[in-house]
Amino acid sequence: MDWYDTLLYLHVLAAFILVAANVTAWAMYVGTAGGSRPSPLVRMAPMGGLLGVVGSLGVLIFGIWLAIYVKGYEVWDGWVLAAIVLWAIAGYAGTTLGRGYEAFRAGEAPAPSLALHLILSGSILLLLIDMIWKPGA
Amino acid sequence: MSLLVIRPDEWNLPLLLHVGGAMVMCGALVVAAAVLVLAVRSTGDDRVALARFSFRILLIGVLPAYIVMRGAAEWIYSKEGFSGDNDPGWIGIGYITSDLGLLLIIISTVLAGLAARRIRTNPDGPSMMTRISMALTFVLIAAYVVAVWAMTTKPS
Repeated sequence: MDWYDTLLYLHVLAAFILVAANVTAWAMYVGTAGGSRPSPLVRMAPMGGLLGVVGSLGVLIFGIWLAIYVKGYEVWDGWVLAAIVLWAIAGYAGTTLGRGYEAFRAGEAPAPSLALHLILSGSILLLLIDMIWKPGA
Repeated sequence: MSLLVIRPDEWNLPLLLHVGGAMVMCGALVVAAAVLVLAVRSTGDDRVALARFSFRILLIGVLPAYIVMRGAAEWIYSKEGFSGDNDPGWIGIGYITSDLGLLLIIISTVLAGLAARRIRTNPDGPSMMTRISMALTFVLIAAYVVAVWAMTTKPS
């Protein structure tokens, strides 16, 4: 396994972890019926937050590292810049969701909205499409 | 430094479905494992709700995502022109982890369903089936971490 393989594996593994954080958020949303009823599932909020931080940072760090390392890709390529913008949107939605579920768990705020869940899932889906099609590469 | 390899565009849709299905399946497995851990450690109504949810996420989260992942794997396998003769080693790892994984997913789902039913009638009773189901989800997660390594690094 060479250095490229290692970076690619860590990048993809981080993406899997990010999706696990997204699924955790959906599980809490469904389990609480959108925040309309209490559920022990909100005890997963710290795990979801941790998965989100590890996954999103891993995706960004190893992704940029790959773009620098691989001959033929550049960090300023359109599809890489699009990925960074989508990552920022996913990061905003994920961070807000994580804080929202922690506050909901403590009884300090209502559950996060459906729109935030959709924004997180949509941005991750677009990231995956961008990574596979690599438009302009 | 490594050179980029261009993939034919017609492989992209099956690859998206394969990778996307695998990601959702693994995410749902992580949630199922966490919910089963919480179920083992809980009592009363919380335990009933957690046991029921673990069964549901295995049945309507993990299994459908597995079908998407596995179906798309066959699709891209045929597009890449493999025939079964002298296939590279990483394809074998993929087949072993996915086919053996399906068996473990089915066993884990059945056990979680039986455990949920038993816990509903006796919320504070023993939970051996929940524990076995939980252990299987952890085995599956470990197997898929290896599968992701094989799929990305493609050892020959």
